[in-house]
Amino acid sequence: MSVELDVFVGNTTIMDEEVYQFWLDGYTVNDAVKVRMEGGVLEECEASAEVLHSDTMDQYRTFQMCERLLHSPAKLANQLLFQIPPHRQAMLIERYYAFDGVFVREVLGKKLSKGTKKDLDDVSAKTGVTLKSCRRQFDNFKRVFKVVEELKGPLVENIRQHFLLSDQLARNYAAIVFFANNRFETGKKKLHYLTFQDFAFCAGQLISYWTVGAVGDNLSPQSPDVYNMVEDMDVDLEKQFLQDLKELKILITDKDLLDQHKSLVCTALRGKTKVFNEMETNFKNLSRGLVNIAVKLTNTKDVRDFFIDLVEKFIEPCRSDKWTAGDMRLFLTHYTNSAHILDTFKHQVLWDRYMGVIKSCILKMYHD
Amino acid sequence: MPGKLKAKIVAGRHLPVMDRASDLTDAFVEVKFGNTTFKTDVFPKSLNPQWNSEWFKFEVDDEDLQDEPLQITVLDHDTYSANDAIGKVYIDIDPLLCSEAATRICGWFPIYDTIHGIRGEINVLVKVDLFNDLNSFRQSSCGVKFFCTTSIPRCYRAALVHGFVEELVVNEDPEYQWIDRIRTPRASNEARQRLISLMSGELQRKIGLKVLEMGGNAVVGYLQCFDLEGESGLVVRAIGTACTLDKLTPGTAPNTNTHSNTAPASNVFRPVPGLGSCRATWAMFKQPVLDISFPLIGVLNNQFRHFLFLSVLSGMGSGGSAGKEAGPLKTLLRQHTQSALEQREFPFFTLTCFPPGFLVHVGGVVSARSVKLLDRIHNPDEPETRDAWWEEIRQEIKSHAKALGCHAVVGYSESTSICEEVCILSASGTAAMLNPRFMREGCLDAGGSDHRFEDASPPSCGFCHIPYDEFNMPFPAQLTYCYRCRRQKVPDVLFTTIDLPAEAAVTGKGCLIQARLCRTKKKAQGEVNATAISNLLPFMEYELHTQLMNKLKLRSMNALFGLRIQISVGENMLLGLASATGVYLSALPAPGGIQVAGKTPSDLNYDQHIATMQKRINDTITKNKELYNIHPPESTEELVGSPIPDRQRSRLFRSTSESSDELLELDLSHGKKDAFVLEIDDTDAVEDIQSLLTDAPMPAGFYSCNTEVMPGIYNWTSGLQMFTSVRVYRLSNANLTNQGLNKIFTELCENLLKSLYFKLRSMIPCCLFWNVPRSLSFVSPPPCLHPVLRPPHRSVSSAERCSPLPEGRSRSLRSTRSMPCGAPVAVVKMTPLSFLPGTRIVKYLGIINMFFIRETTSLREEGGVSGFLHCFIAEVFAMVRAHVAALGGNAVVSYSMKECVFMENPNKNQAQCLINVSGDAVIFVRESEQEATPPLMSSGQISSTGADGTT
Repeated sequence: MSVELDVFVGNTTIMDEEVYQFWLDGYTVNDAVKVRMEGGVLEECEASAEVLHSDTMDQYRTFQMCERLLHSPAKLANQLLFQIPPHRQAMLIERYYAFDGVFVREVLGKKLSKGTKKDLDDVSAKTGVTLKSCRRQFDNFKRVFKVVEELKGPLVENIRQHFLLSDQLARNYAAIVFFANNRFETGKKKLHYLTFQDFAFCAGQLISYWTVGAVGDNLSPQSPDVYNMVEDMDVDLEKQFLQDLKELKILITDKDLLDQHKSLVCTALRGKTKVFNEMETNFKNLSRGLVNIAVKLTNTKDVRDFFIDLVEKFIEPCRSDKWTAGDMRLFLTHYTNSAHILDTFKHQVLWDRYMGVIKSCILKMYHD
Repeated sequence: MPGKLKAKIVAGRHLPVMDRASDLTDAFVEVKFGNTTFKTDVFPKSLNPQWNSEWFKFEVDDEDLQDEPLQITVLDHDTYSANDAIGKVYIDIDPLLCSEAATRICGWFPIYDTIHGIRGEINVLVKVDLFNDLNSFRQSSCGVKFFCTTSIPRCYRAALVHGFVEELVVNEDPEYQWIDRIRTPRASNEARQRLISLMSGELQRKIGLKVLEMGGNAVVGYLQCFDLEGESGLVVRAIGTACTLDKLTPGTAPNTNTHSNTAPASNVFRPVPGLGSCRATWAMFKQPVLDISFPLIGVLNNQFRHFLFLSVLSGMGSGGSAGKEAGPLKTLLRQHTQSALEQREFPFFTLTCFPPGFLVHVGGVVSARSVKLLDRIHNPDEPETRDAWWEEIRQEIKSHAKALGCHAVVGYSESTSICEEVCILSASGTAAMLNPRFMREGCLDAGGSDHRFEDASPPSCGFCHIPYDEFNMPFPAQLTYCYRCRRQKVPDVLFTTIDLPAEAAVTGKGCLIQARLCRTKKKAQGEVNATAISNLLPFMEYELHTQLMNKLKLRSMNALFGLRIQISVGENMLLGLASATGVYLSALPAPGGIQVAGKTPSDLNYDQHIATMQKRINDTITKNKELYNIHPPESTEELVGSPIPDRQRSRLFRSTSESSDELLELDLSHGKKDAFVLEIDDTDAVEDIQSLLTDAPMPAGFYSCNTEVMPGIYNWTSGLQMFTSVRVYRLSNANLTNQGLNKIFTELCENLLKSLYFKLRSMIPCCLFWNVPRSLSFVSPPPCLHPVLRPPHRSVSSAERCSPLPEGRSRSLRSTRSMPCGAPVAVVKMTPLSFLPGTRIVKYLGIINMFFIRETTSLREEGGVSGFLHCFIAEVFAMVRAHVAALGGNAVVSYSMKECVFMENPNKNQAQCLINVSGDAVIFVRESEQEATPPLMSSGQISSTGADGTT
């Protein structure tokens, strides 16, 4: 005797959040049943393994049927097949689009192509995230990327509206899209210590201040209508800005300016930090590092290496000198502000736009 | 030509991609009614087309309006090849024909294809302009309201209850026509869906005509069924209770919401002179005539026989028979009622819930079954044979009721079970005596004599009093004086098919009681097969009854309500499932315990074994008393003349009632022993007792019943979850014994229950309302047996405090640029109950009666049989909800899935499923939303503690 057919369908779709998570995590039905049994749900309800299996199967089927709708979450609200209360819909979507930090770290900045997808089994083996879950997450990235690619307007807002995600999750997706679009290098060994959240924060900074969209917001106020029409406004760094950054070169090429800058910073920091001597010796190197990054950003290749450059040229030297986070903040603040006092330096606005982002990125990235 | 139907096609959304090249669709719509077809323009290259068509107008007879559905087909335009159909929507426009129901149909409907399922949605607007037709020879019956609900609908008052209406129509099944060999499965499915839609429209119209003839305006307790007889055809039949309903004005509304629909003075039940006459000419066909002896009683009969199943029995001997003045009164009462009801052909009522005072006495369950051999229906216009079959059964039921001293049958229902050419027809109901005051026309001449009757039976216990003559009882029963009024005799156990009357006094809580049974039978053909089946049936009824009785005693209860016995036939076995809600009626005596008796008392070991068994039983009874909170006042002394003997022999009984002289009366009192003594003379019996005790107890916080009200718990919240569960088991070994089969069957049922408890654990405390209209059926592709266990849609009313959904405020789209259709989907509730706890039904919008076929040729790809069916059931729910929402409703009450036929052919990777659902579309409002409505039932709303009703 065997069960041939076993279904349970509710008018209001019945879903168990725990099982949903198992499904998302790519557990097979049997594995999910095993974990649930270990979780002690059986003792609570005096149920048998069969009962658990049947329940898990029902839920898995429901999720599979819902998956198609979750690909365009807006459909979930006005489809007729499943009657799901709004708060449940929100939960379904949010969890479906949630991703594992370790997984996203692996594909961050990579091209969201078939080739990358083929390598997902390696990623799965490396991260311990099941292949199924890897594929879902990867497909989510790709889907969001594809949709927002064709949309005009602010990136985060587009993602949030189109995929009905929470603000935080939408921001994370914006970061992923941004990284994928600019192909930032994140996989080098030296960058391994950085988490997705570090990168997401930096992406947020870059989007807010260095893209075309940022222009309307912060710098040259245009009418919102105009900048809303710009395509890829949040995805690409502003070309003109990158071009202008070349002007900063004077800070390191002009010997006087460099010395002046150094003495200003040193005066301000004297006695306030334990690593003053190291700072003083290293100042020119550090300043050259930061300014050179700015100068080279017109090359796509150097844009990709933005983070690796930050680490190599600035963070690593400071770390070997045992700067604290406080030292770092102090230095960057004065380094940025001192430039304003330099009388021959004319690019104050540009400098602030550049250093504002660099400062917050470095502060975020400066940890073990 | 009294009607103009207008339809407008507004838009579509989520259409499937029909053109691979462009990933888009060039959709247009065909709107068809009768033989007229209109088309919209093609809306090119869009998955969300906006047709915004003109009004398509159909000028039609109201007869057609009733029979035909509006047929909407969405197609993909193709310049070079034939247009591809995307899917269809059938809209039943019947609700628009009644002025009090819906005024228009407007909304999004799922576009359904029998092969692909739901493929997008279409927004449609439908209206009807009706002209009055005063032609008395008309064939239409527009305006007659239909209700699936088996009580007087909540916002109506019954001015007159006319009585029983029935009708059946037959046709050839398109699936079995020669043309089916050359057409596609899709075409065949669609022909079938359309035919059934037409037939049920026709049936409804004909029943409506009968109602009009009787002077009524509504059918309550409308029960429509399909018999898929395969080669021999397709039968659609329906029964119901004709009524004249008055709409209650909102001011008087509060009354209707409770169970006490108190308007006795005007509730007139009028005798009906004969039944309608819309049958045409008839033809005879093969009538199997066989002589079959009934093994139990040994009376020969001239046909496949039905038999009586009297439930008010037990063999506890009669404790004293000193009647007070009850005797002559009863006779008088009987004469009164008789005159009124005997004029009817069938004094049957499909209602299960009545105004107080309507039911005078309840006799017990009457049921009849008959085994028939199907033969091809030669002429669809002549359904005579099928009619005759049912007529025969109804006659039988009528005479059974008479034998119980009753003149009416309430809670009446009919069903069939078909396996190849054998068909079991079953009917059951509750014999009852109705108040003569309700029977007379005019009803205002209620004189002193009526008063006497009322005095004789106070409302709270009157229905328990025996309707039959205690000196001339139709079966052995033990009578005592009523524990409430102490004036009339009551039986010790009462079985009924109706709901627990609102006025009934109950001790403790009730619970669902099920008896399950399997019987093997030899594979056979034709008459041999039919004989074998009808030989088995009495045994099955008998055993089911015994099981019910034992389980009832084990729970220390004394009455069953809502009893449904389903017997299904398969190729080599029969299945029986009886479900009912057990309660302890305060008016009836406390049930005695169960005693175990061994046959060979010499063996010491054996005695010990019996002793442990007895102890287990006693412990269970004690435990159950606690569980169900049954603590009757112990004042049983001096009530009865002689103390109730623990155990007494009962006599074999033979009917003495003159009206049932050719009837078989089944002695269900366990032969020579009374029902409460379990003899364990062989291993079978031991296992019986084991199985009796192995019924897993319900986990804490769960309650279950199959009646409208859960006895003993009254504080419901409006948290409601309806679900359907279907399971199919394949029995690998067909050589099992009856015993083994029973065990397996019981296990299956128990497992299903456990599974439900587990799934619904988050809802406790909650109550499962079972609606098991046809819970067993067989799918038997040879060689394997394959019982479909389908305890469908139970609605869970959670006593937990669930926050209501913010309707109409669901997550709407902010980015409307990509999705042009942003209206959130309204929530539609579904329930098998006739009401929604904590709410008030303000309007009935019409009956929902839908039939769907789904077929697949890629079973594996769709997730196997489970995936296929899961999806189909979800789709059916979606289509029901869409229709209700389009009518302007927000709930379906009295919902039931009447039919779910599943066939598969795994070798060909194919499966097919047919589902028939019905219910009443309604608009409800939450109690709290209503202003100026006094609180209803004292305990209607739950307290803020969110506790269940156990305290």
